[in-house]
Amino acid sequence: MSLDATDILPRAAAASAPAAPKPRRAVRTSSFGYRFLRSRTALAGSIGLALVAGAALFAGQIFPGDPLDMVARPFMWPLTSAEYPLGTDMLGRDILVGLVYAARVSLAVGLAAAGLAVALGVVFGALSGYFGGWVDQVLTRITEVFQTMPPLVFVVVVVAILTPSVSSIVLGIAVTSWPQVARLVRAEALRLRDAEFVQAARVMGMGHFRIILTHILPNAISPVVVAGSILVASAILTEAALSFLGLGDPNLISWGSMIGSGREVLRTAWYMTALPGLAISLTVMALNLLGNGLNDVLNPRVSLT
Amino acid sequence: MARALQLPEGRVLRYLGLRVVQVVPTILAIVVLNFFFLRLAPGDLAEVMAGEAGSATPEYMAMLRQQFGLDEPLLVQFLKYMGQLFQLNLGYSFRNSMPVLDLILTRAPNTALLMLSSLVLAVALGILFGAISAQWRGRWPDGVLSAFSTIGFATPLFWVGLMLIVLFSVELRWLPAGGMRDLQQVHTGLAAVGDVALHMVLPVLSLAFFYIAIYTRLTRSAMLEVQELDFVRTARAKGIAPLPIAVRHVLRNALLPIVTMTGLQLGTLLSGSVVIETVFAWPGMGRLAFDAVFQRDINLLLGVLFFSSFLVIVSNLATDLVYALLDPRIDVR
Repeated sequence: MSLDATDILPRAAAASAPAAPKPRRAVRTSSFGYRFLRSRTALAGSIGLALVAGAALFAGQIFPGDPLDMVARPFMWPLTSAEYPLGTDMLGRDILVGLVYAARVSLAVGLAAAGLAVALGVVFGALSGYFGGWVDQVLTRITEVFQTMPPLVFVVVVVAILTPSVSSIVLGIAVTSWPQVARLVRAEALRLRDAEFVQAARVMGMGHFRIILTHILPNAISPVVVAGSILVASAILTEAALSFLGLGDPNLISWGSMIGSGREVLRTAWYMTALPGLAISLTVMALNLLGNGLNDVLNPRVSLT
Repeated sequence: MARALQLPEGRVLRYLGLRVVQVVPTILAIVVLNFFFLRLAPGDLAEVMAGEAGSATPEYMAMLRQQFGLDEPLLVQFLKYMGQLFQLNLGYSFRNSMPVLDLILTRAPNTALLMLSSLVLAVALGILFGAISAQWRGRWPDGVLSAFSTIGFATPLFWVGLMLIVLFSVELRWLPAGGMRDLQQVHTGLAAVGDVALHMVLPVLSLAFFYIAIYTRLTRSAMLEVQELDFVRTARAKGIAPLPIAVRHVLRNALLPIVTMTGLQLGTLLSGSVVIETVFAWPGMGRLAFDAVFQRDINLLLGVLFFSSFLVIVSNLATDLVYALLDPRIDVR
C-alpha cells in the first residue's frame, strides 16, 4: 500500500521509536524500486528478459565464429550430443548458436518498432488530447484509419511494397501499432490539460509545447511504459509471422525465418521448428509479464503480494 | 431482448445515420492510402503486362500506358480510381485473369467459415474458462487457467498450427495436415460436409488458441468486477445457490465487454487467418493475399487490404449498434 507508517511519521520518530526492538530502516514502500522488487511478475519478467537480452548482446563472446557455419553432421536431434545440446539443422549448423544470434534480430526489430510506435503515438496523442477541438477531431480520424486496416495485412502490404528489409519491417510494424499508444496518451493529456498545475503553468505564461513537454508528458509516462513493453512483445510476434511468411530480411536469420525453413522438414525433424517457437514464446511471455508487473508497480492503488 | 424492442426506433436509426456519416472520411482516407501504395509499388501496370508478354518496344509500352490511362495527370487518375472503387470495381488481376473482386468473393466464404468457427469456439471456451477462473479465484483452477492464458498470449499462431500438425497429422495420423477437401476422392452430400469439417479442426484450433486466452482473461476480470456489486450480495443474502448466481447474475452482466471485444476483434482475427491459411493451405482470402505478394500482384494485394478494411468498418458499425440496443444508457446523440 502507498500509505505506510514510514510515510506518515517523521523519519526520526520512526527510527527512534522505543517500542521497536530493532531500529527500522526507513524504506519508502511507495518508491518504484521497492514496489518493483516486491512484484513477482515484474521481477520474473525482467529476469527472463535479461537472460535473452544478455545472450543476444554477448552472442559474439559466447559463441565466437559465424553462426551460419556448418559445424557438424546435419539432422542431429537435440540432447543427443554434449557438444551440440540443441542439435543441428538440415545444413549441419548448431541450432543453439543460431537461436542466440537470431535473438539479436528479433529483439532489435521489436525494440525499434516499439520505440518508433511510441514516438509516433506520443506526438499524435499529446497534440490531440492537449489542444482538443478540431486538432483532436482530425488526429483522431487519422488514428481510426490506421486502426481500421487489419494489422498484419497492412504490414504485409507495406513490407511487400518497400521490399523486405529490417527498416521496412520496423516501419510497417510501427505504422500499425502506434494508434494504441496515441489513444492512451490522448486520454492522459485530456485528463491533465485542465489540472491545476497545468493551469498554473499557463498563467505563468509558459508556452504550449513547453507545457506538453514538462508537465503533460512526465505525468502520462506510466501507461506508456506499460504499453511499450507489451508493444515490444507484439512486434516480436509480428516480425516472426512476417519472416515465417517469407517477408523477413533475406540477409538475416530471425526466429521466424528459422521456423519457416524448419517447416520444410517438419515431418522428419520437427525439433527445428519447435525450438525457435519456444524461444519466441518465452521471450514474449517475459515481456508480457514485465508489462503486467509494471502496470501493478506503477499503480499505487494495487497492493503487491 | 424485450427491452430492445421498446426502444424508440428513431433513436437507434439516427445513431446509425450519424455513425455512417462519420465513417465516410475513414473510407476516403483508406482509398487515398491505397492509391498512394499503388503508385509507390515498383513497376506500373504497363511494365507488368509487358513482362508477361516477354518483350515490349517503348511504343508498345506507351500504347499500354495510354490504354490504362497511366499517362494522365495524377489527380485525374486518382478520381478515376475512386470512381472505380465506388462501383465496387477493385481492378483486374492479370496473374489470375479474373477481376479482383470476383477472386476475393470466391475466397471470402472460406475465410468467413474459418474465422466464425474459431470465434464461436473461442467465445464459448473463453467464457467457460473465465467463469471457472473467477469462481475459484486464487485456487488451483484459476492458477492453471492463468498459466494457460499467459502461454496463449505469447505463442505465435502459426507455430501452434505447425505443432498441431506434428502431433495430429504426422505422429497420430488422425487429421489432415492441410487443404479444405480430400483431393483423392470426391465426396457428396453429408460426406462432403464431414470432409470439410475434418479439414477444419486443426486450423480452427490454432486460430482460436490466442482468442481463447483473450476471452478467458476478459470474462474473468469482468466477472470479478460484477461480483462486488450490491445486487450480487443481495442475491447471496437471499440464499440463492452459488451456481445460479454465477450464471444468471454475474455472467449475464459481465457479457457487455465481451460483445464489444468480439466486434472489435475482426481486424486481428483477419490478420491471424492470413498466417493460419498459409500454414494449412486453406483456400481463403489470407492465402490469396500471400500468393499475391509472391506473384507481385499489387492490385490483388491492395484489393484484399481494401476489402478487409471495409469488413472491419462494417463490423465496428454493427458492434456499436448492438451495444446501443443492449444498453439503453448509452448516449446516442
